[in-house]
Amino acid sequence: MTRLVYFAWVRERIGKGEEEIELPSSVVSVADLLNHLKGLGEEYEMVLQYPDVIRVAIDHEHVEHDEPITGAKEIGIFPPMTGG
Amino acid sequence: MTVTPTIRVQREDFDLQTEVDRLSKGKSGIGAVVTFSGLCRDEGGILSALELEHYPGMAEAEMTRIGELAIERFGLNGLTAIHRFGEIAAGENIVLVVAAAPHRQAAFDGANFVMDFLKTSAPFWKKEHGKDGRSGEWVSAKDTDDKARDRWK
Repeated sequence: MTRLVYFAWVRERIGKGEEEIELPSSVVSVADLLNHLKGLGEEYEMVLQYPDVIRVAIDHEHVEHDEPITGAKEIGIFPPMTGG
Repeated sequence: MTVTPTIRVQREDFDLQTEVDRLSKGKSGIGAVVTFSGLCRDEGGILSALELEHYPGMAEAEMTRIGELAIERFGLNGLTAIHRFGEIAAGENIVLVVAAAPHRQAAFDGANFVMDFLKTSAPFWKKEHGKDGRSGEWVSAKDTDDKARDRWK
């Protein structure tokens, strides 16, 4: 099981802040994960319509979409940041 | 002597003078202290507050990474970065950076660098609350913020 956490409009549109999901072995990279999530329902499809804008962090560190997710404990999925 | 950044992510407000005093206490090598504070503006009277969401754990981790980079790069004697979360009314503080160095240029640059990276890589998101009582939109990320960060490369 992999723990996914969502923030800001990604969280609002998916309708939850976190979930644990079982990933098929074909899901290797961040890009694969986003593509897999897209198939989980309309709300996911809407959020991931333009995957390039989505930011991802593995165990609290920013990663690019080609990063492998092997061994990840927690994967954060969120829009570009607007703090400061 | 290794300098470690002081990083805090909190709901409560902060006090500039208290943080400056805390950072510079007992460090007589400091010749310059620069503070930057970011406030919630009302956008010409339309905005009543901002809702600041953050990624607990990662926010602190990312701010620490940014702080350590700044200390190393500019040779800072001390660095404090505080970011608030939750509902922040127009006129209230959002963020504070205090950078201390032997000379002014490093202190200015250190504070500037930390803010540019905080805006683009610290996991915080702002949602606008209008004066008309409606909960508004998520603030969009700006290209100008990415450009500000990239000039440090």
